[in-house]
Amino acid sequence: MDKSATHHPTVAHPHVEHAHEELGFWRTYVFSVDHKWIGIQYAVTGLLFLLFGFTLMMLMRWQLAYPGRPIPLIGGLFGQDKAPGGIMLPEFYNQLGAMHGTIMVFMGVVPLAVGGFGNFVLPLQIGAPDMAFPKINMMSYWAYFLGGVTMLASFFMPGGAAQSGWTSYPPLSVINQGQQTMWLIGMMFLITSSLLGSLNFITTTVQLRAKGLSWMRLPFFVWAQFVTSFLLLLAFPPLEAAGILQLMDKVAGTSFFMPSGLVVSNRIVTSMTGIAQGSVASGGGNPLLWQHLFWFLAHPEVYVLILPAMGIVSEIIANNTRKPLWGYRALVYSLVFLGFMSFIVWAHHMFMTGMGTTMSAFFQTTTMIISIPSVVILTALLMSLVGASIRFTTPMLFALAFLPMFGIGGLTGLPLGLAPSDIHLHDTYYVIGHFHYVVAPGTIFALFGGVYYWFPKATGRKMNDLLGQLHFWGSLVAINLVFFPMFIEGLAGMNRRMYDGGAQFAHTKSVLYWNVVQGYAAWALGLFQLFFIVNFFMSIKWGKAVDRNPWEATTLEWAAPSPPPHGNFLTEPIAYRAPYEYSVPGAAKDFTPQFEPERA
Amino acid sequence: MNIPYTVEERPDTGLANGKLGIWLFLASEVMLFGALFSTYIILRVGATEWPHGELNIPLGAINTVILISSSVTMVMAWASLKMNEWGKHRLYLLATFVLAAVFLVNKYFEYSAHFATGEGPWHSTFLAIYFTMTGLHGLHILGGMIVMAYFLGPGAKLWKTNPDQFANRIEYTGLYWHFVDLVWIFLFPVLYLL
Repeated sequence: MDKSATHHPTVAHPHVEHAHEELGFWRTYVFSVDHKWIGIQYAVTGLLFLLFGFTLMMLMRWQLAYPGRPIPLIGGLFGQDKAPGGIMLPEFYNQLGAMHGTIMVFMGVVPLAVGGFGNFVLPLQIGAPDMAFPKINMMSYWAYFLGGVTMLASFFMPGGAAQSGWTSYPPLSVINQGQQTMWLIGMMFLITSSLLGSLNFITTTVQLRAKGLSWMRLPFFVWAQFVTSFLLLLAFPPLEAAGILQLMDKVAGTSFFMPSGLVVSNRIVTSMTGIAQGSVASGGGNPLLWQHLFWFLAHPEVYVLILPAMGIVSEIIANNTRKPLWGYRALVYSLVFLGFMSFIVWAHHMFMTGMGTTMSAFFQTTTMIISIPSVVILTALLMSLVGASIRFTTPMLFALAFLPMFGIGGLTGLPLGLAPSDIHLHDTYYVIGHFHYVVAPGTIFALFGGVYYWFPKATGRKMNDLLGQLHFWGSLVAINLVFFPMFIEGLAGMNRRMYDGGAQFAHTKSVLYWNVVQGYAAWALGLFQLFFIVNFFMSIKWGKAVDRNPWEATTLEWAAPSPPPHGNFLTEPIAYRAPYEYSVPGAAKDFTPQFEPERA
Repeated sequence: MNIPYTVEERPDTGLANGKLGIWLFLASEVMLFGALFSTYIILRVGATEWPHGELNIPLGAINTVILISSSVTMVMAWASLKMNEWGKHRLYLLATFVLAAVFLVNKYFEYSAHFATGEGPWHSTFLAIYFTMTGLHGLHILGGMIVMAYFLGPGAKLWKTNPDQFANRIEYTGLYWHFVDLVWIFLFPVLYLL
């Protein structure tokens, strides 16, 4: 990709024209301000973190399938403080669990979906030469990078990584031995990164739309990124505040989240700080306060995970059904409403905290309301398929799988959103199954689809179709074998975050064998990702070379050369029509791009 | 390659990029301090007793006056640019910078008085929220001072090549500065008086 980015024949002309702007290696590939390269940096880093987070999970799956048995082959690598004799310690299991969640959400999916796809595709789709603030864009990536390094470094520090789950509930997170402080500092970097990114996305969308590209002509993907950016901009700061408060509890001996007279292991908890070592913590804090601040971010965060995926799926579906999206306006209004509602549903994560029935009633009502726009979006996408002669390309397979997978994830969420049924299901594997269906075969499938779909735009080459199909079908089967049994386990009452996978409880005996099945399925899932990895790197060099519009698509990014040069478009792009004018009656071909002028 | 609307306004939105950007940034800052103020309310409502008279009200009041004055000088620094009076602009911007520095010096005396008696943030929930909120606000003051120092120093060159863009940058700095001011105007009564 490196070579072709600067020496591709279609780029030759502007390359010569801007010869005086020639940038060195560092400015081109490391500290680049080009939105496309930053997008690729984000995407590749995000994919690496996804792989790393998945590796942590494969280790955990071994422990769940075979509790207390030494990890084969690599068990000796973890050292005495993590896995003596290759047998995983509970503390190490907790580190893996906490970091799996943190890495997948904050360093894998969001950077790939928003930082990667948003950065690469959004300015192209609105016909802009770059983001509104290219330098801030670069800083956003490097803040993310530093956050990632901080999180990874915490594994190698005394006490190991954070151990209190990705939710980091106090008082446990404040008093445990892991590097919670590093987790908090890492989160500060990630929050800074998403703040810089989101204000850039919003400004770019508002200010840099091409001539003729009115709001109702925006591709749905742009709308999705736009709404997502507002969620990031407004929901992350409360978590930053909460992070500052927890950091104060960790290092300055405050008691924001520490109740008075907290007793752990028969001892009154003392101040954590070196300044007042040994003195009793002043107390008066409120552990629920953290949960409120955390979920005020983390519920909108769920929509940060899913909305860009819906955007990607919409683009792929419109392109491969050769039809306009069904109900474009309804989709847009639902999306905006969804974004707004996501700010007032957070406490449905807290039905079990004893916050009171009035609160529960309010939040279960808003939760039921928010399911309506989600269903509208899913229905509109399903209706788009009706009567279409579908092209089953690799990206389309992923997009098609997204619909039922996200459907399962969404529908299984309803019993969790209602307080009475949540009491039974709370903190069981049912919850894990529910949100993984949304994020893994839902969002991550959409992201894979997006990679296959826009890869030709980024590199000028298509990814291999056969490897893509193998990747898809293998992943689809394996991932369902991992996550579907979780519903069965959860309904049987198996709790999440159990070091031994629930073996200590009599009532889970009948479902324990699923842990072994899930283990094999997870490792198989890992193997099937090799097809993607090989395909990705092989296609950069040897993929089938394509022109600027290989999918015969209609949106503006396909007007730019593949790969687009610095500044993107050779001539100023103008939007003449709505984004998805496929199969227009009377037209010569089955797609009429936004950038094609009306014939006189 | 030039990004459109960095200096001039886009006709249909009536905004330059930076103006929208700084307002979005301030929106997220509102959420940050909003969360901290909510924290204050929740902790105070849940407390059995709440200390009074622990803070130096005269010093806090002086600091309030200082910050409001600095907001005025900040506006003047921008207005002078619009009237093309470079000398006045330098003077007003420098005055804003000095007022901000005086604010932090006063804050230093307040903090050190607490630490001298061993009553840091670990002492009570009240002092914990006091130190956290004023500390974060102080960091915002410091950030503003760094930006002003930049425009007093190397950043001032832009005035020669692109006066409109420079005036815009001072305007955005001013918007940020008024916000930092506004936060203090909430902090002072909430922490010192109530």
